[in-house]
Amino acid sequence: MRRFAVLTLLVIACSAQPAVAERLVVSLSNHRVAVTSNFIGEQLVLFGTVEPDPVSSPLRPPYDLVVTVTGPRHTLRTRRKQRILGIWVNADSREFVRVPSYLAVLSNRPVNTIASQDTLRRLQIGLDNFLLPQRIGADVADTVRDDPFRRAFVRLQSQQGFYRESSTAVTFLTPTVFRTAIPMPAAVPTGNYTIDVELFAGGTVVTRTNSALEVIKTGFEQYVADAARDYGLLYGMATALMALLIGWFASVVFARD
Amino acid sequence: MQIYLPIADLPVNVFLVLGMGLAVGYISGMFGIGGGFLMTPLLIFIGISPAVAVATVSSHIAASSFTGAISYWRKRALDIALAMMLLSAGIVGTATGVWLFTELRALDQLDLMIGLSYVTLLTIVGGMMIYESLRAVMRTRRGMPATLRRPGSHTWLHGLPFKLRFKRSKIYVSAIPVWAIGFVIGIVGAIMGIGGGFLLVPMLIYFLRVPTATVIGTSMVLTLVTMASATVMHAATNHLVDAVLALILMVGGVIGAQFGARTGQKMRGERLRLLLGLLVFAVGCRFAFELVVPPDDLYSLRYVTGG
Repeated sequence: MRRFAVLTLLVIACSAQPAVAERLVVSLSNHRVAVTSNFIGEQLVLFGTVEPDPVSSPLRPPYDLVVTVTGPRHTLRTRRKQRILGIWVNADSREFVRVPSYLAVLSNRPVNTIASQDTLRRLQIGLDNFLLPQRIGADVADTVRDDPFRRAFVRLQSQQGFYRESSTAVTFLTPTVFRTAIPMPAAVPTGNYTIDVELFAGGTVVTRTNSALEVIKTGFEQYVADAARDYGLLYGMATALMALLIGWFASVVFARD
Repeated sequence: MQIYLPIADLPVNVFLVLGMGLAVGYISGMFGIGGGFLMTPLLIFIGISPAVAVATVSSHIAASSFTGAISYWRKRALDIALAMMLLSAGIVGTATGVWLFTELRALDQLDLMIGLSYVTLLTIVGGMMIYESLRAVMRTRRGMPATLRRPGSHTWLHGLPFKLRFKRSKIYVSAIPVWAIGFVIGIVGAIMGIGGGFLLVPMLIYFLRVPTATVIGTSMVLTLVTMASATVMHAATNHLVDAVLALILMVGGVIGAQFGARTGQKMRGERLRLLLGLLVFAVGCRFAFELVVPPDDLYSLRYVTGG
């Protein structure tokens, strides 16, 4: 009997951290996006429900939901043109170190109305609050959100559809069932993506879950891209040979006169 | 019909690119040039990064100049000895150009360098061609022969040492200017993504006095080898050659060139040169405009790792 009590305590200690009353169950329409030769972009659909946990405990709607999709991390340089001797030259530049190549913040209402600025900042929710570390001299740190390079970086990434923040993307079908669409632009970066889903009630996070997806080039594209990267010399020779073949072929076909 | 380009990493319309290949091929066939100075800006215009455009166009020019070289070979209208001499320097120039290209890219100044070289080279060469051909057109109006023959007119270039005799071209010149020309064309071709035919032909005619019978064929051989080696070197060092894009361009280019060549044969030489000069000059001005006018967006992005 005593052993049972200890076991029960142990189970409670392990499973339930601060008494959680909700659980998120999410399902993604597709965990693998294949970039093929006729890829023109795709939309993934994420469905989910809010479940009481344990089953008997009460739910406390209304809920707010934020889905953050983060793509593979790359280092990018933002360059600024300046007029020097009458012509426009890339003069100043900042390096953004290991920042997501894709970042989508999808929510059911504007993130700054969901929780306090401190909470959002701590959880890195929203494009303004996501950490985008820049190399400044020897340091690597994020800047204030009004930094011109940071703003330009986010704007340029948004123009290409790689960064987005949408406050209408998440729809609650019932107070506990939601859906959202994750847009993947045609030039979507390949690699591993993580999806973080955060459920808010009354301005605080009540539970969270995550999922993942993968964007891969398949078939011929992958083959060509791999070859170009891994066997540069051979790939170059093959391309040059192809040029010669086509050139020769044309001269044979059109050699009438 | 959209197709995804694996290296340029963006989808393009196949028919648009094929059409560009045809159009540039037509012009290149008409004037007997590679057409790189038109193709590279066009590719940049449809959103392909300048670096990928330059690297890919080199393979496109290799294809079209090979077609040209074969037909001149059949007519025995090329000077292999001169071509080999130019080539030995051309390859060194190309390697230097690819190295410079890599360095400039690392410094974020590649786009500027491409822009600046286009402006200076194209406006100067274009301007000279317009001037020269306008004078020729004027002369024919007055009933004189279009081209002035200047037999035996020697410049200081002919006084240099290491003289060599090129039998087919019937010239006797120093190896130094031959090497210098080959080297310059190699560098320019690798950085600007042009074959340099429109530069090489006038250089050979004015500096080395190569007769018009062999000049285009010889220039095509040089273009072919420098561009084929530029393709290999760009692929090996910068991994920027997009084979899919190159294939579409080549197919369009070689077909367009055949029709262009027929049109070109029907036109008078000086008119043809005037048209080409105007075209070259216009492309140069277009680049100048871009450098001087405030850009729409001061900021731009570039991948440092990955991507």
